[in-house]
Amino acid sequence: MSDRTIAAEGNGFTPPGPSDFEPPPFFTVAGLEVNKPIVVVLLASVLVALFFYAASRRIAAGNGMVPGKLQYAGESAYGFVRNSIGLETIGKEGLRFVPFLATLFFFIAVNNLFGIIPPFQLPGTSKIAIPLGLAVIVWAIYNYLGIKRAGFFGYFKAMMFPPGIPWPVYILLAPIELLSNFLVRPITLCLRLTLNMFAGHLVLVLFVLGGEYLLLEHGGIVGILAGSVAIFGSVVMTFFEAFIQLLQAYVFTLLAALYIGGALVDEH
Amino acid sequence: MASFTSTAVLDKIAVLATEAGEEPNPLVPHLSELVVGLVAFTLLFLFLRAKVWPVFEKAFAERTAAIEGGLAEAKREREEASALLAQYKEQLAEARNEAGRIRTEAQAQRAQIVEEARAEARVEASRITEAATAQIASERQQVVAELRREVGGLAVQLAGRIVGESLEDEARQRRTVERFLENLDGQSAVTDPATAR
Repeated sequence: MSDRTIAAEGNGFTPPGPSDFEPPPFFTVAGLEVNKPIVVVLLASVLVALFFYAASRRIAAGNGMVPGKLQYAGESAYGFVRNSIGLETIGKEGLRFVPFLATLFFFIAVNNLFGIIPPFQLPGTSKIAIPLGLAVIVWAIYNYLGIKRAGFFGYFKAMMFPPGIPWPVYILLAPIELLSNFLVRPITLCLRLTLNMFAGHLVLVLFVLGGEYLLLEHGGIVGILAGSVAIFGSVVMTFFEAFIQLLQAYVFTLLAALYIGGALVDEH
Repeated sequence: MASFTSTAVLDKIAVLATEAGEEPNPLVPHLSELVVGLVAFTLLFLFLRAKVWPVFEKAFAERTAAIEGGLAEAKREREEASALLAQYKEQLAEARNEAGRIRTEAQAQRAQIVEEARAEARVEASRITEAATAQIASERQQVVAELRREVGGLAVQLAGRIVGESLEDEARQRRTVERFLENLDGQSAVTDPATAR
């Protein structure tokens, strides 16, 4: 952010924009430019893996009947996804998908939370590539399950021509359902998460940079008052962002579970 | 490797676009980030699925089994306890009945024993009385017999004295007779009541 402040000097206040999400790469390995989002994604994965691995060691050692603090935290977190997303949305068959859903939830949640964790303060999921990859995986899973269950044509038939509806409605329903399953669902899944993180980060940066500019550059009683309000607002927004970040991880995982569950049952 | 090269190319394009003064489009994915994201997520998934999630499931299953086992055990023990309680109550009631029965029996026995003792005492008393009566009767007969013998002796004695002594002293004679009579009287006094009976 310091380079932005420097840029802001002299030629007035420059509001933050999409270029804030393209920090220069730290270094390049084999043609791969390692920038901040990539570090965040890798670090988030390692942290999730380490946390749950550490939390599960006592059980693996055979004395996990009475959990310690760490084990309890890990178990509760996993149990939350398992019970209130996996089992409640998909049903008994959902247990099969809980490993995927739990990984999905914690991967997204920690990547989101990096938006408020110093010194990173950039959600890995604010880069569209990350949610896009996840959405494609979810899309592939639920379509694969649907085709596997009903056969290729049976799947499309059940999707586009659900029984018990007067035939003229199919003219409208069939293309909508097709579009919904193959385009709208993965795109909305991807964009909802990306843009929530993108916008949230922009708002935070705006509050901080704007406050900084008002306090240091604009000056005067108006600058100090408005700048203080903005800085205070950035703190409030940080808490709000934390909530949004967890909520969006939950929404993404819940929708993935809904799509998977929908592909598993006969009725559309 | 090929993907990484194309990644670099795409990223260069993005950087060039930025350098040209345009803001980068946040909706255009960077291939490098896409690849890293997919690889990171896949590795994380494989690791957690192999090492962590089954362990948690195991803990849940073990805990459920332990709780269910505990509940079953508790139910079994409770049933056992209530069965024991019923058994004890039954035994207690039985014991009470038994005690009542024994008490009634004892009372009956006591009455019987008292009655028997009383009857025995009565028999004994009458036996003793009879024995005493018989003894008294036999003693009286002995006394009477002895008396008769003595009276005869005395009569002989007296007659001897009267005959032997000279009749010079009428007074003495009379005295002797009187003494004899007195003696006789004294003996009659002992024998008479028995004879009267």
